[in-house]
Amino acid sequence: MSVDDPGKGVGRRDLLSLAAWGAFCASLATALVGAFRLPNPSVFPEPSLKVKVGPPGSIPELEYRKVAGRNLFVSRGEEGVFAISAVCTHLGCVVAPVPSGFHCPCHGSRFDALGRITGGPAPRGLDWLKVAKAPDGELVVDEGETVPPGTYLKI
Amino acid sequence: MGSWSEYIANVRALPRTVWESLVRHGAPVTDRSRAEAVFQNLFLHIHPTRVHRWSLRWSYTMGLGLICAASFVVLTVTGVLLMFYYKPSMALAYQSIKDIHYVVPTGRFIRNIHRWGAHLMVIAVILHMARVFFTASYKKPREMNWVFGIVLLILTLALSFSGYLLPWDQLAYWAVTIGANIAQSPREITDAAGITRYIDIGGFQKTLLLGSRSVGEDALIRFYVLHVVFLPLVMGVFMGLHFWRIRKDGGLSRPADADRRLGPAAEDVTPVFTQAPRKSYGLMAVVRGTSSNVGRGPENTLPSWPHLMTAEAAVFMFTLAVTVAISFFLDAPLKEMANPLVPENPAKAPWYFLGLQEIVSFSAFAGGVLLPVVTLLGLVLIPYLDREPEGVGDWFGAASRGRKVALRSAVFGLAAVIAVEAFAIRFGWLRSWYPGIPQIVITFFNPGTVLTFLYIAYSLWVIRGENSTRLGAIAIFTCFLAGFIVLTLVGTWFRGPNWEFFWSPSRWPVH
Ligand code: HEM
Ligand code: FES
Repeated sequence: MSVDDPGKGVGRRDLLSLAAWGAFCASLATALVGAFRLPNPSVFPEPSLKVKVGPPGSIPELEYRKVAGRNLFVSRGEEGVFAISAVCTHLGCVVAPVPSGFHCPCHGSRFDALGRITGGPAPRGLDWLKVAKAPDGELVVDEGETVPPGTYLKI
Repeated sequence: MGSWSEYIANVRALPRTVWESLVRHGAPVTDRSRAEAVFQNLFLHIHPTRVHRWSLRWSYTMGLGLICAASFVVLTVTGVLLMFYYKPSMALAYQSIKDIHYVVPTGRFIRNIHRWGAHLMVIAVILHMARVFFTASYKKPREMNWVFGIVLLILTLALSFSGYLLPWDQLAYWAVTIGANIAQSPREITDAAGITRYIDIGGFQKTLLLGSRSVGEDALIRFYVLHVVFLPLVMGVFMGLHFWRIRKDGGLSRPADADRRLGPAAEDVTPVFTQAPRKSYGLMAVVRGTSSNVGRGPENTLPSWPHLMTAEAAVFMFTLAVTVAISFFLDAPLKEMANPLVPENPAKAPWYFLGLQEIVSFSAFAGGVLLPVVTLLGLVLIPYLDREPEGVGDWFGAASRGRKVALRSAVFGLAAVIAVEAFAIRFGWLRSWYPGIPQIVITFFNPGTVLTFLYIAYSLWVIRGENSTRLGAIAIFTCFLAGFIVLTLVGTWFRGPNWEFFWSPSRWPVH
C-alpha cells in the first residue's frame, strides 16, 4: 500500500507534513511578533516631559526665553503664550536663537521667528508644544505633546 | 631496579611525553604529516590541507580578508579587557572610560588599540571587497559568499557604530542622536503622504534603537548589548560561513590558465609528495570546483603547513604591529561628557558615515535610508546581474579593456561627484532658491540622488557600448567607490560649524 501515491491527491503523510509545516510557521510568526513587541515599551522610561515655566507675567514679550535644562523656548505674542521646541526637525540637534529666528548648527537648517522653515534640510518647521495653566497659576509646557503651529494660550 | 628507575625515567621523559600526548603526530616533514598537522587540529582544520600557489600570491589577495579577520580577533580580545572596567550607565559610563584612560594600568593603550583597530577593520573590509570585486571573484560559484561578505560589511559598520555611543561623550551622544533620527527619517515620506499616524515606520525604528524618545539610559543599554553580545555573535557565525564557503567553492578564485602562467614551482619551495599519498590523504585533498583533484596529483598546490600557516601568521603579526604602533602614538578621542542641551558643532558621525552625512545635509531620508539601501541592494545583485564567466581571478580581468573601463569610470565618477558637490556648495540647492519648496521634492532630487542616477546611467551605457555586463559592473562599482571617497573627504575635511564649507579645519571660526 502506498500512502504517497501521486495519483490519489494529497496523501496522509503529505497532509501531516503540511500540518507540521503550518504549525511551525505559525509558531515562528508568533515568536517573531513577540520578539518585535518586546523592544517597544508601551510606556517611555524618561522622567516627565512636563516642565513649569513660571507665571504668565514672567514670559518675555516678542522675544524668546530658553527654559533652563530643557530644549524649548517660551514667548508671548499678541495672541497669547506659546512654546517652541528647540529640537531641529532634521536630525535632532538643538537650534540656537538668532535675530531672524533660529539656526541649527548641525546641517544649517534655518527657521523664522515662528519656527517656520526658511532653509536647509529640515523637512518641516519647529514643533510647537502644548502650554497649559497649572492650578497654582504657573504655566506648564509638555515637551511630549505637539500642537499645530499657531496655537496660543490666551492669558 | 624496577619501579624506582622507571619512575626516574618517566620524570626525565616528562617534557617529551606531555608534548607527544598534546600533538599526537611527529614533526610535519612528510606530506602526510603536514596534512595531518592541519586537519587533525581543531583550530586549523577549517583550512584546506593544500593551497594553490595562485592563492598564496600577495599581489592577488593582498592579505586583506585576513587583515579583517585579524583585526576582529584583536578587537575581541581588547574589547573583553575593556569590559572589566566599563560600566554601561549614563551616570558611570563616561567616568569609567576616563578611568580606563587615566587610571587603569595600560588601560589607555588597550582602549587605543580597540578604537584604532575598529577603524582599521572598516578600511580593510572596504578594500577587501574592492579586491574581490576587481578580481571578479564574486562569480559562480561564489555568488552567495559575496552576499555573506555584504552581511559582514554591514555587521562591521554596525559594530563600529554601536561602539561609538559607549564612551557617552559629546561626540558619542550627538552622533547617535543623529543616527537615531536617521532611523526615524522614513517619516519624511509618511509625513508627505499624511499617513504617519497609521504606519509610522520611522518612529518604530527609532524606538527599536533607543527604547525611548531620546538617547538615554535605555539607548545606552541597547547599544551595549548589541555591541558586546549580539553583533559579535552574529559576526562570528557569518565569518564561519564565509570561511566555510571559500573551501566549498573550491578555494580562492584563480584564472583558468593559472597553472600554465605560474609555471613550475622553484625546486626548493615545493616539497611535493615526499611520500606517496595514502588513500585517506587523497580524500582530504578533494575539493569541489572546476578542477577536481581526484585521479591526478594536486598540481601547483603547496601544503598549507607551512606555507599558508606562515602567511597567515605574517598577516596577523602585521595587523597587530600596525594597530599597536598607531595606538602607541595616538590617543583615542574623548570629549566632554554628553550634554543633551548643547550640540556639538559640527556634530560629525564616524568618518565612514560622513559621505552619507553629506547627503543627509540635503535630505535625511535620501542620505540615511534611500541611498544606503540602493547601494547595498546593488552590491548584493552584482553577481546575479553579471554572470559572464571570463576574467575571473585576474585584476580587472587581465584583458586591457577592463583596466581601461575602470580608469574611465574613475575619471567620470570623480568628475561627476566633484561637479555636483561644487555646484551645491557654490550655488546652494533647491531650498536656497525656493524656500517654500516641499521637502519631498528634495528627498528625491538632491545631489545624492542626482549622482546615483548619473552613475547608473553611465554604467548602463557602458553595458550597451562595450557589450559586456562585467564592464558595466566595473563601471558602476568604480563610480560608487569614487563618489564614496570624495563625499567622505568633503564631509571629513571641508565641512565645519553649521555644516558650512571651509577649505580646511584651521579656518573654522573659534567660538
Ligand atoms: C568581517 C569581514 C570579512 C572577513 C573577516 C573576510 C575574510 C575573508 C578571507 C580571510 C578571505 C580569503 C581570501 C582573502 O584574504 O582575500 C575572503 C574571501 C572572500 N571574501 Fe571576504 N571577508 C570579509 C568581508 C567580505 C566582504 C565585505 C565581501 C564582499 C562584499 C567579501 C567577499 C569575499 C569573497 C567573494 C571571497 C572569495 C574570494 C576569492 O575566491 O578569491 N568578504 N574573505
Ligand atoms: S539637525 Fe538641524 S539641520 Fe540637521
